[in-house]
Amino acid sequence: MDAITSVFIQESREQLAEMEARLLQLEQVPDDIDNINGIFRAAHTIKGGAGVVECGPIVSFTHLLENLLDVLRNGETAVTPSLTTLLLECCDHMGHLLGLLAAEIAAPDAELQAHGDALTERLKAFLQTDVQVSDLVVQDPEIEVETSGGGVVITDSWHISVRFGENVFRGGMEPLSYIRYLASLGEILGIETISDAMPAAAEMDPESCYMGFEIRLQTRSSKADIERVFDFVRDDCELRILPPNSKLAEYIKLIQELPEDTMRLGEILVRCGALTQAEVDEGLRNQKSTTEHPPVDSEAPPPHLGEILVDNKVVQKQVVDAAVVKQTLVSEKKAKEAQLVRVQADKLDQLIDLVGELVIAGASANLLAQKSRNVDLVEATSVLSRLVENIRDSALQLRMVQIGDTFTRFNRVVRDVSKDLGKEIELSISGAETELDKTVVEKIGDPLMHLVRNSLDHGIEPADVRLERGKPACGRVSLNAFHDSGIIVIQVSDDGGGLNREKIRAKAIERELIQPDGTLSDSEIINLIFEPGFSTVDQVSKLSGRGVGMDVVRRNITALRGTVDVTSVEGQGSTFTIRLPLTLAIIDGFLVGVDKAAYVIPLDSVVECIEHKNLAGDRNFLNLRGEALPFIRLRELFETEGQAPARESIVVVQFGGQRAGIVVDQLMGEFQTVIKPLGRLFANLRGIGGSTILGSGEVALILDVAALVQSVSRAEEERLAPHRPALGISSLSSNSTALQSAR
Amino acid sequence: MPSSQLLSITEDMTIYHALEHKQTLLDALSSTDDLELNLSEVGEMDTAGLQLLILVKKEAQRAGKSVRIVAHSQAVSSVIDFCNMAVEFGDPLIIPAHQAS
Repeated sequence: MDAITSVFIQESREQLAEMEARLLQLEQVPDDIDNINGIFRAAHTIKGGAGVVECGPIVSFTHLLENLLDVLRNGETAVTPSLTTLLLECCDHMGHLLGLLAAEIAAPDAELQAHGDALTERLKAFLQTDVQVSDLVVQDPEIEVETSGGGVVITDSWHISVRFGENVFRGGMEPLSYIRYLASLGEILGIETISDAMPAAAEMDPESCYMGFEIRLQTRSSKADIERVFDFVRDDCELRILPPNSKLAEYIKLIQELPEDTMRLGEILVRCGALTQAEVDEGLRNQKSTTEHPPVDSEAPPPHLGEILVDNKVVQKQVVDAAVVKQTLVSEKKAKEAQLVRVQADKLDQLIDLVGELVIAGASANLLAQKSRNVDLVEATSVLSRLVENIRDSALQLRMVQIGDTFTRFNRVVRDVSKDLGKEIELSISGAETELDKTVVEKIGDPLMHLVRNSLDHGIEPADVRLERGKPACGRVSLNAFHDSGIIVIQVSDDGGGLNREKIRAKAIERELIQPDGTLSDSEIINLIFEPGFSTVDQVSKLSGRGVGMDVVRRNITALRGTVDVTSVEGQGSTFTIRLPLTLAIIDGFLVGVDKAAYVIPLDSVVECIEHKNLAGDRNFLNLRGEALPFIRLRELFETEGQAPARESIVVVQFGGQRAGIVVDQLMGEFQTVIKPLGRLFANLRGIGGSTILGSGEVALILDVAALVQSVSRAEEERLAPHRPALGISSLSSNSTALQSAR
Repeated sequence: MPSSQLLSITEDMTIYHALEHKQTLLDALSSTDDLELNLSEVGEMDTAGLQLLILVKKEAQRAGKSVRIVAHSQAVSSVIDFCNMAVEFGDPLIIPAHQAS
């Protein structure tokens, strides 16, 4: 595929996305003229682009669509649900056609073709007028050049005379760009802009083209080459080309054929340098005497032409010309500076990899400098590491994209699904500008889709049930995203029926996921829906409910080092919360040491560090400013040999609203951490998120704070549960605070 | 009626704005005898934009008024130059020194 086509496909997809968003908006606000114009513009841009890459099916289809949009824009038809549905389907169809183009398949398969034909029929039905689908077979009408009598005009340049049709703009064409392109074939010696066809202000439609150009072009190209420049507007313009050294009579013929009056044309031809004044005079005089047909403008006698020519305008033109050429060159150069740069994703990945290596190498240099105790060297390396840090941040920034695009896709989903289900549901989006890593965004789409569909299908009740429960008939599904201590939180919530705990419990027992006599907290019960093969819906619907959903969602999210959980209030709705790391490549880490090994705690999850003292050996929580903080000894967790030093430290970490302490031997400070994945062998290792390489070349393990915090709080619960009846009142209350603060 | 009135256009003079610009220009012309156009903020101009400039010039001529473009942006002057309308329009084009070289 050539570069133009791939750019076209990419841009068209963006236009389609915008068009779809606007169509959905149109449904809400039918008479927003700006919005309708936007839809029209998107379709128009796609059509124009399709014309350039010569993709016939898209041009003809979009043309028809545009006709309908034009009718809509002029207020000749009202926005109805069936109309917007049709337009959305057209959007999809255009997407499919683009897909074909992308896959370099020339003709659509029978199914798509039939679908396209059906849509075409429906579009036509809406238009109610017999619109012809313009076939894009490029016609090549030979322009007759009669050789007739008369002297040869001494000129070595082509003369091109073009009058653009009124519909050129509507066809997405920009006449000037053709003329500019013409200039690339050779040198434009003279150009005259003809605007005589323009009516008075009242009748003038600013979206119609009334322009024409007389161009003198010096080029080695053939007539066919010149004609090819105008291929895309061929149906919509009058084009006359006179080769170099044409007979004077041909120029005269040209003058007579063109719609403008003869005198004015003669003047124009002289001005753009095609003819001399004498030649025109002679030609017209000959014409007059031989044919007995006086020029149309018979009131103006021939001498008038001469008078005009000596008008100082002609002289001035030469003066201005010189400046013109230079200015055009300057402006063309500037136009090439685009505001956006498209970069291949793999190039970006390569850059991130290199930055990762740079960070490690920088850390190594830093370490050596500190060992050398050379002050200058230490200073130099610290400047260097600051710069590396900046480079790292901006390199990662390059991969950050806003989640908004992913969210807005769901407008369409909600619309279609709610129509299918016969429910009235609106989608509210917040936090669309929250940024996260591109690779994460790409992978989060499917799990989100599942959650949204689940909410639409199972969450929101039918309108009559809602009214019965005293809720508004229109259900609401919300998507929300925000940053929270180094992770991104995405929430899908609905105001529907919520999850039925007893039903889930019964189902879980039936599926032997839990023991009938097991005691589980409410949140543990409702999170059972993420277990494989779990669905409480009795009836399998077309959308979801086949029992393959939620465990896949959790697996996908876990693969991104994220977590998903659900909270629900029966009768009021449920909220699914996805927590994801911001990036998968490099993080700011906090380096801690246990014995000789080093571990990295993601800095974003570190709340504070406190000294570890006066703690009895068997208690696993401490009183931190009046709150109970469960903690874990890393030394015990990893069964490190040796005796703990006299002075230990506790790193207080936070994850998802839960806090826990991690007891370590020493704190070694901030460290830029390039995450290296662990091998498959360690896939089932709990509490370790990955590894990294220290400046010294040693390997440090990255702690998985989420897993640690969970295991800490679970251990506390288990430890306490069997003792519960035997505990005194005072310790029971402190235990419950421990649990509360751990939640 | 003021003797001369200045109208500044700041949006792109392209087909997308053609409808509103036509109205703006004609309204401005109807309220004065001597309209001055400041186009120094126009970022882009296409054939439709040029067409409107021609229209307003023609209308002015018809009504015996005058329309002068007092400031061109780079985009405007390059289109006018390219189409060889500079003389037709008769407005002074300022060529910045650093670009003329």
